[in-house]
Amino acid sequence: MSVETQTARPSFWQRAWRFAVELWGVLTRPSTVFALGTLVLSGFAAGIIFWGGFNTALELTNTEKFCTSCHEMRDNVFAELKATIHFTNRSGVRATCPDCHVPHDWTDKIARKMQASKEVWGHLFGFIDTREKFADKRLELALHEWARFKANDSLECRNCHSAESMDITKQSPRAAVAHERFLFNGEKTCIDCHKGIAHHLPDMRGVPGWQ
Amino acid sequence: MNRNLRIALLVAAIAAGTGTLAAQSLDSGLRGPTPLNDEGPASPMTPTRNTAEREVRNYPEQPPVIPHSIDGYQIDLQTNKCLSCHARARTGESQAPMVSITHFMDRDGQFLASVSPRRFFCTECHVPQSVTNPPVSNDFVDIDTMLSRAAPGGRR
Repeated sequence: MSVETQTARPSFWQRAWRFAVELWGVLTRPSTVFALGTLVLSGFAAGIIFWGGFNTALELTNTEKFCTSCHEMRDNVFAELKATIHFTNRSGVRATCPDCHVPHDWTDKIARKMQASKEVWGHLFGFIDTREKFADKRLELALHEWARFKANDSLECRNCHSAESMDITKQSPRAAVAHERFLFNGEKTCIDCHKGIAHHLPDMRGVPGWQ
Repeated sequence: MNRNLRIALLVAAIAAGTGTLAAQSLDSGLRGPTPLNDEGPASPMTPTRNTAEREVRNYPEQPPVIPHSIDGYQIDLQTNKCLSCHARARTGESQAPMVSITHFMDRDGQFLASVSPRRFFCTECHVPQSVTNPPVSNDFVDIDTMLSRAAPGGRR
């Protein structure tokens, strides 16, 4: 070996490539040490642990406690929720953050969770870390949620409030008429009329149906 | 001596007076037997009238009362929930009564294109009604009744 080849150390990318090729070789070669049963069973056990762990972690991020662990949520939207009927009411049934803001269906939930990584980014870099910043951004954030509800026909509302189970004779005359005219024939969806029922509204100028 | 006697009598009179005052129980219809310096138990909240039927005004200038519940309605700088039904452009869909045209006037009597800022905060004048028996009855008589009383049997 010459002096040049000894001192010229391969670059990082070269070493990474060699490692990848070596790893591929190991992964594609049949095992010479472990029995097939050991591999299958350990793979099965590892699957349970990883999948279970993933879902447990996912569910941990799907709690009100987790949502309100950031002051952006705790001091703004959660504080506002407390005065509304979705937090305190005669029967004591209440909605938590993910009930309305995270789809319950698994694939949709994962999609929403991936979108929410932007919210983690926003938290880390303080997009809305003061009340003023939050107020300035509030319309944009609200528009996102309204668009989501409009697109999925207010699915998160309907997880609890089903139109089929709605007895309009038990409603106030005003509500009964409105639901009959707009909800049951599918002309409108919940969010079209029921904006701002759980949080304060942003400046609504320009939003259809508002002043 | 005479002076001391007077002071003693005065002290005795004051003591007797305060004693009788303290012993008196003030049982007013509104307060109940709660002493004036105590706060009585709060009476239970009554439900809001929610029939959505218009109520007759007691006198022509009375701001119409709100015949439905307005719990959680936001009326502030950002928005006005009432106007999402009662605004001129919204009444077709909502079938709610339109905000009176007087609400478009500014203080100089000029009509604006939309609700004047001084008339924007609805609940300053318009209020929902509770379903309850008023603790104090009202003997208000409206002008029509007054006129028909003045001319019994006459047309109003």
